[in-house]
Amino acid sequence: MNVLILGATSAIAHETAKAYAAQGAALYLVGRNPEKLNANADDLKVAGAKQIACQIVDLDDLGAHETILKNADAALGGLDAVVLAWGTLGDQTASQTKVDEALRQFHTNAVSYISMLTLLGNYFEERKQGVIGVITSVAGDRGRGSNYVYGAAKGAVSLFTGGLRARLAKVGVSVVTIKPGFVDTPMTAGMKKNPLYASPQSVGNRIHKAMVGGENVVYTPSFWMLIMGIIRNIPERIFKKLSL
Amino acid sequence: MEELSVVDAIKADEEAQAKPHTQPIGMLASARARRYESWGRFPKSNPKRVVSLHWLNDLPNLESIEGTILPHGYGRSYGDSCLNNEGTLIDITGLRRFISFDPETGLLRCESGVMLADILTYFVPRGWFLPVTPGTKFVSIGGAIANDVHGKNHHGGGTFGRHVTAFELLRSDGERLICTPTQNPEMFRATIGGLGLTGLILWAEFRMRRIPGPFIAEERVKFKSIEEFFEISQDADERFEYTAAWLDCLTFKQYQGRGFCMLGNHDRLQTLPEQQIKPKNLPPVPVDVPSFLLNPLTMRMFNEVIYNMQIPKRIQRVSPYDGFFYPLDALQDWNRMYGKKGFLQYQFVIPYNDNYRALKNILNEISGSGEGSFLVVFKTFGEVSSPGMLSFPRKGVTLALDFPMRGSSTLELCTRLDRMVRESGGVVYPAKDARMSAADFQAFYPQWREFSRYVDPKFSSSFWRRVTS
Ligand SMILES: Cc1cc2nc3c(=O)[nH]c(=O)nc-3n(C[C@H](O)[C@H](O)[C@H](O)COP(=O)(O)OP(=O)(O)OC[C@H]3O[C@@H](n4cnc5c(N)ncnc54)[C@H](O)[C@@H]3O)c2cc1C
Ligand SMILES: NC(=O)c1ccc[n+]([C@@H]2O[C@H](COP(=O)([O-])OP(=O)(O)OC[C@H]3O[C@@H](n4cnc5c(N)ncnc54)[C@H](OP(=O)(O)O)[C@@H]3O)[C@@H](O)[C@H]2O)c1
Repeated sequence: MNVLILGATSAIAHETAKAYAAQGAALYLVGRNPEKLNANADDLKVAGAKQIACQIVDLDDLGAHETILKNADAALGGLDAVVLAWGTLGDQTASQTKVDEALRQFHTNAVSYISMLTLLGNYFEERKQGVIGVITSVAGDRGRGSNYVYGAAKGAVSLFTGGLRARLAKVGVSVVTIKPGFVDTPMTAGMKKNPLYASPQSVGNRIHKAMVGGENVVYTPSFWMLIMGIIRNIPERIFKKLSL
Repeated sequence: MEELSVVDAIKADEEAQAKPHTQPIGMLASARARRYESWGRFPKSNPKRVVSLHWLNDLPNLESIEGTILPHGYGRSYGDSCLNNEGTLIDITGLRRFISFDPETGLLRCESGVMLADILTYFVPRGWFLPVTPGTKFVSIGGAIANDVHGKNHHGGGTFGRHVTAFELLRSDGERLICTPTQNPEMFRATIGGLGLTGLILWAEFRMRRIPGPFIAEERVKFKSIEEFFEISQDADERFEYTAAWLDCLTFKQYQGRGFCMLGNHDRLQTLPEQQIKPKNLPPVPVDVPSFLLNPLTMRMFNEVIYNMQIPKRIQRVSPYDGFFYPLDALQDWNRMYGKKGFLQYQFVIPYNDNYRALKNILNEISGSGEGSFLVVFKTFGEVSSPGMLSFPRKGVTLALDFPMRGSSTLELCTRLDRMVRESGGVVYPAKDARMSAADFQAFYPQWREFSRYVDPKFSSSFWRRVTS
């Protein structure tokens, strides 16, 4: 099993990678911070990865995407699975006041995903097998006043992967849309934790299971499916008055 | 070695199940948000601030944190040694990576927030085991070192600290010390069993041990008196790597010490027959159980049932390591069974070269108190010396029991026990303690003054303030 992890310093993606490593997978890790990437690579090696290669690159740099894919394919000798996990939560207030900031967030969380997924879609379409796991978010299910810039980007990627799934299903390639709820990771370090928070271990392992099983859309933990079902169905005239 | 028995025995016959290494990794971490409390949930405590660490290359400036600080692992200490009321806790559980493993020497190096459960998941299938393990696998390497924990193999393997070859310590002034038995040896000795007070352990290296397979060849032997227990254990300590016992403490006055020994060795078997494999994780205890359910009568009935279930004098079988070492881990959050008021655990070790007189007096005191204990674990500690300055284990017999917290009557009983333990030349285990007096602590651990020279000036805990005041 050869797996490409994009955003391999993500706490969630790392746990998914570790589940693959435990099965003796070969891994290609992509991230922008060399020390963090090395620490994760060491962990995965001890956890059982058959082979590990790393590439330091900022995924905002769309020009690098094609090379990443080429390098990963060459290093591992073909890819069976890809996890897309990088992202930034951003600062909603800053995004509201500065166009540049809003677009920067949208670039990282949506535009760069669309670029990468387009390349990956074609790559796997040709190979006629494999699985693409895309981490979006429950935040993409409905625009909320408190973080709609992030939410819009995640929502865009959720829609995009839905379409890609339908296209690639015809050639036997799975695309898994993963919508985590609150997860206790560095991304949410500054936030006050409540009982809805899940551990990156449980979410990361759930993603691994979903990818191995070729599932479609996965809320994790699963109770978020219920919560989001309710949230999506609140009438707009009431929803706009809620401070969510 | 701890707290086995009750659930263990209830599950006694359905137990030889689940292949140990097929447990989903996701079960290792509770899916729930962190609660910064201790396992006994007494005393209640409020950290003013929690700083979560995620990366060794991105550490906070400890000096800039206002007030006192204390590392916090998975909160499996029962009392207040992992609490820092009104101070800052450093949550180390995000430091959860392996660093290196050398199959030639068995040396494993990992970040301090790695859980013992993580190590078992990745290493048991490859034929390696922890050198020492406590009665729960949900503890961190940092916590295992800071309490210099012991397990069922103490008579042969000693404490966890004995197998530690190196660690790196971050002090609040930013200094980073590599500590080994020969490099910064005093700091090495002070940090093992140092209750998190000497600085923050960033990573540690220790020696794993080889095992022939994931199963334990287990034997249970019933005993009817304290004397018989010691006879069995003397023989068992030679034949078995792992030994511990369950003792019916509630009826001690009547029966003078009945219970059973749980003995085991690693086995060569690689898989269990299919029909013996059953799913094993029970759902977590979701809410606090009302405390009136835990009265002496219900607990006595509990013990009665369990004892009688072990009908034959001797049972032999092969079982998965998980059920043998960690029966309580199958019931997540079992500590909530004690309700909102929480519970105390009391663990001591005393010498037994007085014809068990002191031990019997203590057991009589507990049995007569009506403060029945749910879970009583009993074991002899061997000669192997502990490496830490403040380490608890030493030669003798150790007993660990739980008391539902009922206020002053429970506290007074513990104080009486403290005196009896002290007079018999024993000590009480800080990792389990929430209430011993400063005078008793200082009498148990006269070396505390020497130790305090190594305490980091910014580090403190609720426990430390209490026992040094
Ligand atoms: C069911 C059960 C069974 C048990 N059985 C046994 C047993 O058989 N034998 C035994 O010895 N103990 C036993 N214990 C106690 C347990 O093993 C110890 O309390 C252990 O230290 C808990 O580890 P933790 O990760 O939860 O740490 P915490 O309880 O959160 O912290 C423990 C101590 O470690 C310090 N610490 C944590 N991380 C670091 C770090 N990185 N650097 C410096 N200091 C640090 C903390 O400051 C604190 O003083 C048992 C506990 C339970 C709940
Ligand atoms: N945590 C949650 O509650 C939650 C909920 C729903 C969805 N998600 C999504 O889950 C995914 C993983 O997040 P996480 O929770 O695991 O948080 P995380 O640990 O903070 O991971 C995010 C990672 O993305 C990396 N990254 C950001 N921008 C990048 C770029 N331009 N190029 C390369 N790497 C970049 C970051 O790298 P650096 O370390 O170098 O900054 C960081 O390691 C994200 O897509 C997030 O939106 C998270």
